[in-house]
Amino acid sequence: MSEVIVVTSGKGGVGKTTTTANLGVGLAMRGNKVVLVDTDTGLRNLDLLLGLENRIMYDLVDVISGRVAYKKALVRHKKFETLFLLPTSQVKDKSAVNPEQLVQLCEELRKEYDYILIDCPAGIEQGFQTAIAAADCAIVVTMPEISAVRDADKIIGELGRADKENIKLVVNRIRPQMVEKGDMLDMGDINDILSIECIGQVPDDELVVTSTNRGEPVITMENSHAGQAYRNIVGRICGEQIPFMEFPKEGFFAKLKRVFGR
Amino acid sequence: MKIFGKNEKSSKEIARDRLKVVLIHDRANVSPEIMDQLRDDIIRVISNYMEINKQDMEISLANDDDSVALVANIPVSKMKHDRGRY
Ligand SMILES: Nc1ncnc2c1ncn2[C@@H]1O[C@H](COP(=O)(O)OP(=O)(O)O)[C@@H](O)[C@H]1O
Ligand SMILES: [Mg+2]
Repeated sequence: MSEVIVVTSGKGGVGKTTTTANLGVGLAMRGNKVVLVDTDTGLRNLDLLLGLENRIMYDLVDVISGRVAYKKALVRHKKFETLFLLPTSQVKDKSAVNPEQLVQLCEELRKEYDYILIDCPAGIEQGFQTAIAAADCAIVVTMPEISAVRDADKIIGELGRADKENIKLVVNRIRPQMVEKGDMLDMGDINDILSIECIGQVPDDELVVTSTNRGEPVITMENSHAGQAYRNIVGRICGEQIPFMEFPKEGFFAKLKRVFGR
Repeated sequence: MKIFGKNEKSSKEIARDRLKVVLIHDRANVSPEIMDQLRDDIIRVISNYMEINKQDMEISLANDDDSVALVANIPVSKMKHDRGRY
């Protein structure tokens, strides 16, 4: 049985594309056949995060318009051979793909792939409605920050109106030391406020930046906390019961240094 | 963090309280249907006890700094007879 998962957020820049890339790689590392569909029209990014930017020949709009078969447009990952990308178009016309067309494409993809992950544009306009149309499940990415949580609530409302009941939350860019000081919302707070089940909490991690620089998602890095968090989410998507990770507490010396200045 | 009995709210607690209030408003705003349904339900229940002036009735959400109240102003035009509870 294949599953179509849309990764969405409301507010931009909270980590949708990062999450899509990492979950895609993680699911493929477990042997699943995975296709990532970038629907953020005009703002092509997912190819960069996967290191596939030089291999793109055709895009989603070419496929939807019937110019090429989807198999021709898919870009296979260099390292993870069961992972494919369907890149978004660089043209700015956001209405180039309508919901029915994406539903139809996903029906085709379901025949061949175990997981179809859709990277959604920010906002609640047409692009959002298109991205969610085919989804069995939505992952809402948010950050521990009031505006991101508020926008997540909007998106959750919109998903409800579109009869999408299966919604999971990912809280990204948590800074454990700020949480410890009582200066940042934690997963429990956000879970309580939004009343949506959390499927993961990802710490803010410099390795996300360096791995993005290299085009190799952080989930492949054994020693990264964010990587571990993404591996846990992948396990939960696959139905495993995995306890939420404890973030490393600030060390005694680091605390002393903070208290007594530099 | 509380030091020596200082009882100031942490910034996370402030964020949580503000979010709770703003989401009540957001959710009521995006769904005027829900407010209309609530209004109809209130009318139905109250009409068992008294006649009310539906045109002049007002219901709304009002906020304080850290809480939200459902405020209803419902003019009563006639009280029904007390038929007893049983
Ligand atoms: N857990 C994280 N730790 C550090 N940086 C992150 C993390 N998640 C995302 N970022 C950074 O935040 C920025 C926005 O992420 P992106 O995935 O492009 O967001 P979106 O697709 O929602 O707009 C990127 O520069 C990315 O590297
Ligand atoms: Mg993005």
